[in-house]
Amino acid sequence: MDAQTTHRRGRPRILLGAAAAFLVIALSACSGGDFPQSTLHPTSDFGRDIDALYRTILWWAIGVFVLVEAALVITIIKFRQRRSSKAPQQVHGSTLLEISWTLAPAVVLIFIAVPTIRTIFRTDGTAPEGALQVEVIAHQWWWEFHYPESGIVTANEMHVPVGRPVALAMTSDDVIHSFWAPKLGGKRDVMPGRTTHIAFTADSVGEVYGQCAEFCGESHANMRMRVVVDDSTDFEAWLAQQLAPPAPADALSEQEQLGLEMYRTRGCIACHTVEGVSAGVIGPNLSHVGGRNTIASGILPNTAAGLTRWLSDPPAEKPGSLMPRMPMTEDEVAALAAYLLSLN
Amino acid sequence: MASSAPADAMRLRSRIWSWVTTTDHKRIGILYGVSAFAFFLVGGLEALIMRLQLASSDNSVVSAETFNELFTMHGTTMVFLAVMPLSAAFFNFVVPLQIGARDVAFPRLNAFSYWVFLLGGLFMNVSFLVGAAPNAGWFGYANLTSTQFSPGLHVDFWAIGLQVLGIASIAAGINFIVTIVNLRAPGMRLMRMPVFTWMTLVTQFIVVTAFPVITAALVFLMFDRTFGTNFYVVAAGGDVLLWQHLFWLFGHPEVYILILPAMGIVSEVVPTFSRKPLFGYAVVVYSGLLIAILGWGVWAHHMFQVGLGPIADSVFAATTMLIAIPTGVKIFNWIATMWGGKLNFTTAMLFSVGFIAMFIIGGLSGVMHASPPADLQQTDTYFVVAHFHYVLVGGAVLGLFSGIYYWWPKVFGRMLSESIGKWHFWLTMIGANLTFFPMHFIGLLGMPRRIYTYDAALGLDTMNLVATLGAFTMALGTLVFVGNVLWTWRKGEAAAANPWDGAMLEWAIPSPPPAYNFSVTPTVKSRLPLWSEDGYEPKPLPEDPPEPIHLPDGSYWPPVTAVGIIVAAAGLLTGSLWVALVGIGVLVVGIYAWALEPFEV
Amino acid sequence: MTHAEATHQTSTGLDSRKIGMWVFIGSECLMFGSLISTYLVYHGKSVAGPTTREILNIPLTSISTFVLLMSSLAMVLALAAVTRNDIVWSRVWLATTAFLGLVFLGFQAFEFTTFVREGLTLQVSLFGSTFFVLTGTHGAHVAVGVLWLVSLLVRSFQGKLGAEKALNVELAGLYWHFVDVVWIVIFTVVYLLQ
Repeated sequence: MDAQTTHRRGRPRILLGAAAAFLVIALSACSGGDFPQSTLHPTSDFGRDIDALYRTILWWAIGVFVLVEAALVITIIKFRQRRSSKAPQQVHGSTLLEISWTLAPAVVLIFIAVPTIRTIFRTDGTAPEGALQVEVIAHQWWWEFHYPESGIVTANEMHVPVGRPVALAMTSDDVIHSFWAPKLGGKRDVMPGRTTHIAFTADSVGEVYGQCAEFCGESHANMRMRVVVDDSTDFEAWLAQQLAPPAPADALSEQEQLGLEMYRTRGCIACHTVEGVSAGVIGPNLSHVGGRNTIASGILPNTAAGLTRWLSDPPAEKPGSLMPRMPMTEDEVAALAAYLLSLN
Repeated sequence: MASSAPADAMRLRSRIWSWVTTTDHKRIGILYGVSAFAFFLVGGLEALIMRLQLASSDNSVVSAETFNELFTMHGTTMVFLAVMPLSAAFFNFVVPLQIGARDVAFPRLNAFSYWVFLLGGLFMNVSFLVGAAPNAGWFGYANLTSTQFSPGLHVDFWAIGLQVLGIASIAAGINFIVTIVNLRAPGMRLMRMPVFTWMTLVTQFIVVTAFPVITAALVFLMFDRTFGTNFYVVAAGGDVLLWQHLFWLFGHPEVYILILPAMGIVSEVVPTFSRKPLFGYAVVVYSGLLIAILGWGVWAHHMFQVGLGPIADSVFAATTMLIAIPTGVKIFNWIATMWGGKLNFTTAMLFSVGFIAMFIIGGLSGVMHASPPADLQQTDTYFVVAHFHYVLVGGAVLGLFSGIYYWWPKVFGRMLSESIGKWHFWLTMIGANLTFFPMHFIGLLGMPRRIYTYDAALGLDTMNLVATLGAFTMALGTLVFVGNVLWTWRKGEAAAANPWDGAMLEWAIPSPPPAYNFSVTPTVKSRLPLWSEDGYEPKPLPEDPPEPIHLPDGSYWPPVTAVGIIVAAAGLLTGSLWVALVGIGVLVVGIYAWALEPFEV
Repeated sequence: MTHAEATHQTSTGLDSRKIGMWVFIGSECLMFGSLISTYLVYHGKSVAGPTTREILNIPLTSISTFVLLMSSLAMVLALAAVTRNDIVWSRVWLATTAFLGLVFLGFQAFEFTTFVREGLTLQVSLFGSTFFVLTGTHGAHVAVGVLWLVSLLVRSFQGKLGAEKALNVELAGLYWHFVDVVWIVIFTVVYLLQ
């Protein structure tokens, strides 16, 4: 019956070990570079507003945690039964205590609620005048981006200029998705029949990782994206590049020409747009796919090796994908990859 | 006295038959408990396979499709087939004893609820055998669940299965409300009822009001899928958010259905092993009531990332923060109960204290979610997975295990092993923290939920591996519990009527109780009947009933009616009118036979 | 249903089955509330198909509403008759209630088939979906009620529905009045407040 003596001694040791483990895990979260999708290392105003609020709430939560768990631990140590323990006083309650510990949490919650409501209104997705408009259309399982001011259509990699407000207007072509690039701020669901908004101003140059955050079917895990924050020169260059006309066919190498032949004959034209070659709208626009860092919505690097893997068997890389596996020899796949890489 | 094989076989058949036709709340409670635990193991297996898959990035233990089925069924199974029925096991066995009743108000309806639950749970799991397990999440968002985006039977199994389970829950809800309101022993005023009974009452009110809402939502979904209606069809002007509002109007009260019974258990166990009455009884009761009522006003906090607008977000943030207050008050009252007490750390007490420790963490991460802007980074990530597992595993599951260790002697007349129980507790406690604490970080560092794999570049491999190790630690703990049950089944110490010196009426009768529960219905005179000088009379209860007590017979119409329902469900699933009509026919015959059979309570 | 139950003491003094029926009705309020709210949320949002103004026949539906209201009166009279052990009139009023319920269902069937002919189907629009599911669910409840009343009538003819069984009729009455009240709400929301 009295088996608690054995663990009375063991309990503090176990608690210490657990605390150590948690510290190791906690400290490992300190570096933002090691965690490209971290919410704790924001690089936009939207992200920072949220982060500031989060840290305020976190400290209150830690404070309450320490107080209440300490009360629990002190109680269970101090009042554990011993041979000498008397029968305890049969106390039924205390109105004063009840009022106190009802009001105390209420006060703490006010300290959380006020900055919360302030931040809600500050980050409600309305962008200032002159913001860069980007339209996001989510598909199973890739991201389509339109830049209405310049007429650019691209996919899976969004470029934005540092220091300038960006306004995302988002909708879905099929089911509910969610746009989430953690370093740039919170997520927002993207729904068919509705338009939702995110507004942010990025404050550092670099590549931001993101992925869909609302379960959207078989390859939800594979619906990733990159947001590249460029300085103004690079951004202008990127805009120009997206608007540049396609290279003439005779500028292509022999392998790339074979790749173009593959592109034309292996069904790609049914779903994809390459300016001057095809006008399919079921899959991503590939006119300038060569310049992107990743392919297949962020799941593979945009290299010969990555493209070969993807083109050889798309459904194996992205289960449920509409893009079928087309019969091609290794050379043909390599040629197609080379052609796509040439589409800068 | 030689026994013969045919006679033994007949005895076994009639014993099985007596369980199939039972209307005794104690047996139904045991049936619920055994079935729920079996489903708990199934749900746990689903979790372990997922954790194996997620132990490292870019893993290939299971395919995307299988993983999506696993997380859908894990959630559905744990919520509807494990935690809820395990709570029901306690409602069934304990509540009539605590209020001094001989049975529930509607014994056959009680049996009916059990059989419908069992058949519904089997129905849902049969889907695995035909390669069509539900795969759109336990929350099935429209319009992913439309026939266009979810072809095949996966979502139909889920929607129809849930409807069937809903019937079981609502029927049980009605039963327990009437039982608690109407069958209390003389002197058992509402404010004298044990807190577990109070929390049961409150939970049943939530059940009968929340389940009809998901019933409507599922009817709309099934009509869209079967008859081409437009409830969730965007092209016809429909709004996918209709599903979310209806689902979460049900879904949030549902989480209180999951936690309040466990809180009720803790409110029984902690005073018993503190040798002190519950501190602030009335406040704890009112807090439970307040949580149930306020729980209706917070649903859209599951939709902060949808973009409902700053005013809606602010209102729901406020109501969600408000509900933290009665929740916290309960925790303070439990600690105050222990303060100044003489604490005996039996396994039951360890699990209850574990509940409190972990629920504090789960509750605090809940408050973090209550702030919409912060939530935009936390929702749909492993942070929220951490939050709800702290309150559901650290909370509900630990609370239910506490109840198992506490009431096991009463139910089975044997003690579970305390030393094996300690192993069970520590493996579970350490395992749960090891599994779910890292998930707070995994989420904040960018891992969404409901993904079958993740990029190595995210840097989350190590933490995921730790979580997987924790999951297997928990599994080991559960195996230890099974070992405890098997070891003590025949060798366990025989249990006295009141092995823990508890205060409530269930401890005034033998372990296990006789079929009639109380030889004489006691008159209750105190909130702590067995701890008070003249807490009840006659004290002690006579060993044998002074007058013959009539007990209701069994009945086979409840299981027959349940079979009718599941056959009709199968007809709906397969689109076979004949099968559906046969099912409805059996259902109608069952109802009439039930209504017309001579059955005296 | 059994003599023994009447003698069981209860905490409230009420029969458990009566409390059970009230709880069930409370539950059904939430269910119909969800259906009605969905109707309201989608009102005016259809992009195709006949509109409410074009297709709803208020005069006709007012008659069927009146019929249902009268059936509730008949139900009250049936309970009164059973309570005073008036076998003949209890059968008359039970039959009347069931009959009026069937008339209401007949009006509904006529309305449904007319609407379908005029182009309002389950599939054509939000209005079609919400209207038919809401009123159809209600109609199904009426049908169950009619079956229940006919069953009670049969019991009466078997000599098993005397005054000691008044609770059975009272329970059916509670259900029947509830279904009637739901119809008043539906009639108001769908037909009158377009």
